[in-house]
Amino acid sequence: MEIKDIEKLAKLARIELTEEEKQTYLKDLGAILNYVDQIKTVVAGVGEERNVGELRNVMRADQGENISGVNTEAIVQEFPTKQGNYLKVKKILEN
Amino acid sequence: MIIDLKNLTIKKAHEALIKRDYTCVELAQAYLDNIKEKDGEIHAYLEVFSDVLEQAKVADERIKNNDNITLLTGIPVAVKDNILIKGRIASSASKMLENYHATYDATVIKKLKDAGVVFLGRTNMDEFAMGGSTENSAYGVTKNPHDLERVSGGSSGGSAAVVAADMALIALGSDTGGSIRQPASFCGVVGLKPTYGAVSRYGVMAMGSSFDQIGPFAKTVEDAQILFDFIKGWDEKDSTSNPKEKSCPVVKNSDFSTTGVRIGIPKEIAGAEGIDPEIKKNFTENVEKFKKLGYEIQEISLPNISYSLAVYYTLIPAEVSSNMARFDGVRYGLRIDGQNGVDDYFKSKATGFGPEVKRRIILGTYILSSGYYDAYYNKANIVRDLIKNDYKKAFEQVDIIITPTTPGPAFKIGEKINDPLALYLEDIFTVPANLAGIPAISVPCGFKEVNNKKLPLGLQLFANNGLEKYLFDLAKHFEG
Repeated sequence: MEIKDIEKLAKLARIELTEEEKQTYLKDLGAILNYVDQIKTVVAGVGEERNVGELRNVMRADQGENISGVNTEAIVQEFPTKQGNYLKVKKILEN
Repeated sequence: MIIDLKNLTIKKAHEALIKRDYTCVELAQAYLDNIKEKDGEIHAYLEVFSDVLEQAKVADERIKNNDNITLLTGIPVAVKDNILIKGRIASSASKMLENYHATYDATVIKKLKDAGVVFLGRTNMDEFAMGGSTENSAYGVTKNPHDLERVSGGSSGGSAAVVAADMALIALGSDTGGSIRQPASFCGVVGLKPTYGAVSRYGVMAMGSSFDQIGPFAKTVEDAQILFDFIKGWDEKDSTSNPKEKSCPVVKNSDFSTTGVRIGIPKEIAGAEGIDPEIKKNFTENVEKFKKLGYEIQEISLPNISYSLAVYYTLIPAEVSSNMARFDGVRYGLRIDGQNGVDDYFKSKATGFGPEVKRRIILGTYILSSGYYDAYYNKANIVRDLIKNDYKKAFEQVDIIITPTTPGPAFKIGEKINDPLALYLEDIFTVPANLAGIPAISVPCGFKEVNNKKLPLGLQLFANNGLEKYLFDLAKHFEG
């Protein structure tokens, strides 16, 4: 792995890193990946089933969970920028 | 009146409150006084709530009017900072959420509110629960009450320290790879990681979604059991909570019999590297103690257990990088202004997240990238299943498995901060329970004396899925 790989990962993750951070993570990732690489040596049967959790297809009714409006004030309060009850974001189209 | 907080348990406090030996307000005040005296040094609380006495007054009214009194009515509780209490700040010890006010109650909080507890405050932790020492908190480390030069453990270090230092009677934490059991062990208290799905996670900030569980901290096993019984149960708001829990019988204080209970010792422990010789010695002594209590001890084998940490530190960054993506500065939390909307993300995350969170996001992004997904993420899930099967087989042979909780006692502040891999290796005994989804409890089991300081050690007990009752019964017997 090289610095440009760290830069690419940071771009994909939408994080700005300083030059110092890039160097640190390059070193850390090398050491961690070197350690976790041992899982590659495990011989597992072909078609071994992968299970993430026991529960499958947990469904709920396709309807609103909350009474409309009860949480609006609290949620709007947390918006970094707002206009009335609207969340305000920067425009995404160029002029 | 002076309340003996050191020896206080839920039942003792409950009895005293009912008999009006003291009021909920007096009890809460006793804890507030202790916090004032001790927490300047320990730094376990990120915030002590300003309305503690008002909450206690409400509890007193409830007791006076005999209005739906529970064992927890008026009991002072501390809450880890990644669990939401409506209207209060929940920051996960991160700059990202420094001023974030929770917009709803977590299910566990709602249950405790219904029971009438008094919330004392929110406790320090590693940022977004990533770490094992609280050194990754954006607000400074929590010191170990037994030795202020050492860490309290983590990530729920604050919750462990407040219970150890009598700054709360009980506390809530969360455990993804040992974040309840390891700090409990370091601070000399009891900590339980329940079965995956036993406690609703609605309203706890997600870190590793296939691992996270909320659980109790207490001074005694009985108190941990009481708190667990209040917070457990199926919740339709958490699709990973287990519907079988709906019909789960309430645990009663049964007469636990040693007859026929088999305890397994994984033979792989003896060969494990990096374990403090005193821990090994202490563990052998504890095995002897169980023998004397009349239990049958068997050696068992968990052939794939040595891969636990490698599997964990592959899957965790992957899940972290997905879960942390929501903190983009758009709808809540920190927003730093950039040149355009996308640049806002880059700058908000750069400023809001600390080094360990960034490290895991970058690593997780790598592990989930198209070229490496199969080699890392998929392979780790396959090995995780092998480990699960190891436990399944072991539990056909024994009822309980025991190991030390940690490879050593609490380490010094700063000792491992520059070596993330060394810190990861601390989780060697705790991670397997989260990989397998099984419940595990850490109970105090002795001390290691270093420079005239007695550092607590922890013994860990594992049971099969849903069998927390076995852990409580056996741990109580061990506790004596």
